[in-house]
Amino acid sequence: MGDKKKWFQLDLGLNKKQVVAGSCGCGKTSGGCGSHAPEPPKNEHTISAEEFDTAVEQELMEETMVGQTRKDGFQQVFDVKMDRRTAFRKLTASLLVGAGAVHTSCSVTAGEEAKEKAQIDWEEQFKGNYKLMTQEEKQATVDRLVRSYQLRKKENIKMSATDASKDVLFGYAFNISKCQGYMDCVSACVEENNQDRNSQMQYIRIHEMKDGEGFKFNEADDNYYHEVPAEGHFYMGTQCFHCDNPPCVNVCPVQATWREEDGLVVVDYDWCIGCRYCMAACPYDGRRFNWSKPEVPEDEINKNQHYLGNRLRKKGVMEKCTFCVQRSRAGKDPACVEACPTGARIFGNLLDPDSTIRWVLENKQVFRLKEDLGTEPKFWYFMD
Amino acid sequence: MGTFRAFRHMVKDSLDYITHGSKTYHIWMIFLTVIMLIGMYCYSIQLDEGLSVTGMTDRVSWGLYISNFTFLVGVAAAAVMLVMPTYVLKDIDFKQAVLIGEGLAVAALVMCLAFVVADMGGPSVLWHMIPGIGVFNFPNSMLAWDVIVLNGYLFINITIPLYILFRHYQGKEAQSKIYIPGSIISVLWAVAIHLVTAFLYQGLQARPFWNNALLGPRFLASAFAAGPALIILVLAAIRKFSEFKIEDKTISKIAMIVTVAAQINLIMLISELFKEFYAPTHHSESAYYLFFGLEGKSALLPWIWTSIPLNILATVLLTFHKLRNNFKVLYFCCFILFVAIWIEKGFGLIVPGFIPGPYGKIAEYTPTWIEIWVTLGIWAMGAFVFTMLAKTSIGIELGKLRYKKKKVLESETA
Ligand code: SF4
Ligand code: SF4
Repeated sequence: MGDKKKWFQLDLGLNKKQVVAGSCGCGKTSGGCGSHAPEPPKNEHTISAEEFDTAVEQELMEETMVGQTRKDGFQQVFDVKMDRRTAFRKLTASLLVGAGAVHTSCSVTAGEEAKEKAQIDWEEQFKGNYKLMTQEEKQATVDRLVRSYQLRKKENIKMSATDASKDVLFGYAFNISKCQGYMDCVSACVEENNQDRNSQMQYIRIHEMKDGEGFKFNEADDNYYHEVPAEGHFYMGTQCFHCDNPPCVNVCPVQATWREEDGLVVVDYDWCIGCRYCMAACPYDGRRFNWSKPEVPEDEINKNQHYLGNRLRKKGVMEKCTFCVQRSRAGKDPACVEACPTGARIFGNLLDPDSTIRWVLENKQVFRLKEDLGTEPKFWYFMD
Repeated sequence: MGTFRAFRHMVKDSLDYITHGSKTYHIWMIFLTVIMLIGMYCYSIQLDEGLSVTGMTDRVSWGLYISNFTFLVGVAAAAVMLVMPTYVLKDIDFKQAVLIGEGLAVAALVMCLAFVVADMGGPSVLWHMIPGIGVFNFPNSMLAWDVIVLNGYLFINITIPLYILFRHYQGKEAQSKIYIPGSIISVLWAVAIHLVTAFLYQGLQARPFWNNALLGPRFLASAFAAGPALIILVLAAIRKFSEFKIEDKTISKIAMIVTVAAQINLIMLISELFKEFYAPTHHSESAYYLFFGLEGKSALLPWIWTSIPLNILATVLLTFHKLRNNFKVLYFCCFILFVAIWIEKGFGLIVPGFIPGPYGKIAEYTPTWIEIWVTLGIWAMGAFVFTMLAKTSIGIELGKLRYKKKKVLESETA
């Protein structure tokens, strides 16, 4: 690999001889590996997030009725944050436009709950971009969202704000010979990620192509309803490829979408203004827009959520596949990988030389789509 | 302090002046207001239900709004092409045309911003885009650039005429030392807003139809044809409906600009068509869809085949001096040229960018009535803003509105 690069190149260190165990095998360009940076104080936060999760779990077990006067786990968490929240309120008070929210939150007659709801709404409306938040701010907004859901639906959800861990760069491989077009991945994805059922939003598209004609996407059928595998056809799945040089991220006017340290390209649903410029910029049809208010039946909601992943969205914002960040950062495979009955989907850490995905990349003839665009997708196709 | 008082008077006088006028004037304004109200009603439905009430989908994610936005950026940019000769080259002919032109630029920009807002999924969080409070993806995002240049341009185009009118209102001469640098900047800026808007599309490797080096220059050429064409039409209307004197010479000179720009635009169109159809590649499919339809899907055919003949006809007619100097023919040409370019640079440019989709899927786009009414409402708003601006500046230029000069309104109400 030359020193001078004329264009961006995804560098997994595959071309280098394997370095001594313990040190990191990643290249320096992609920024996917944090091991060159001084030890960050990330761990501290992880612990506090865990603590929070325990609190939530306790809460779930105790099944406390909401709005009771005694101090429960949630209120304890909230009380601690009170100082900072007050400061925040002071800061944004000058921006006061929707006087309604404040009116309610100040009125004496309104119930405690209504007050709290209004305050949460207010702080959510004027919070900053998640990408630029400090650990505490991230945790605070997650807490608010959990609490808000609890107040509204009288049910508890679990939401995490786990950050990318170092030495991780997620990648995906798709075995064209194995896929039979069952679309189990599609339904698993929809359920896992709380996608809008009304518009039948799906992140994954399975393209059915004719044998012997090569990859003719334009003649492929990505919306079939017949029995599979159909005679004389093969299948190819597409979704967001989590490009290492993602054009969608560059074009966003407000940085509502970005590439995380572990290579996931995510969207902050609360920061997105819904301009759909990223959608126009994506060469892989990877993004989906909420044209109306997304609806998920209450009993089908996946309550294990991540701020950047499958938490409930609102209308007018962009969303996309996140490689199931709520699962992958917890050490699990994405829902599609788990659901696939044929084992056509392979997911793993590209920086781990012992991972299956690395084995595939090193031992199979892999290729990616539209490589000429220089987007460096982290999604490879291969055949047996 | 005196200046301040005078300014307050000017605002008050203008408001008075705007609310008085002939019967035709009132009917015109009421007509626009009604359309605006319908548009607002439709927009409220869109706010409530989400963008699903429009014809846009995940496959064609930009439609009528962004098309009109793109076209109007061109109109705004072109209005200022008249500034240069007047202020800098001291070409007296253009003087009156310029104030009108800048008023047109302001109205077009207001419409541009309204179209962008109408297209947003979350207008309530639009403050995320305000530098300082929000997060601005500068310099990476072309949309961020566009927001800056458009607002800057709006600012320039409000201040220069305001300064001139304010001086005239007080019965003083506007000092060229002050406004000439401003006008030079605004001319350069006009080119910038147009190029940046073209780059918005040109920079997307995902859309081969847009990812084309000629897009920027072609934007400029078509804008400098459509914009002044609109100015000619507006000047013709002003000549008819007010006492404002606009000399034939002025109109002929603007017609010259239109002609040259239309000719250049046609040459570039031919070059583009040659590239797409002489040796068609995979990337020519969008153009093929636009001009001939793909797989039986041909929603844009009637539009583009209206646009191309009108474009050619107008350019040919304008090329002959005899015809161009006949004002009836000229107005007709300007009108059809304007329509042709609106189609071509509007959804003739935006929609095919999405068809076929990234994997070759062909999903067509048809605007819904809600979308159409919101669009009409915004156009009506533009016309409303322009009428007010033009009326005030004409009033001041004619000397009807003067500081400490009372009771000019009677003559108007008559
Ligand atoms: S596939 Fe599309 S949405 Fe996903 S990272 Fe690449 S450009 Fe962005
Ligand atoms: S739709 Fe949202 S994420 Fe996409 S470019 Fe616009 S603001 Fe950014």
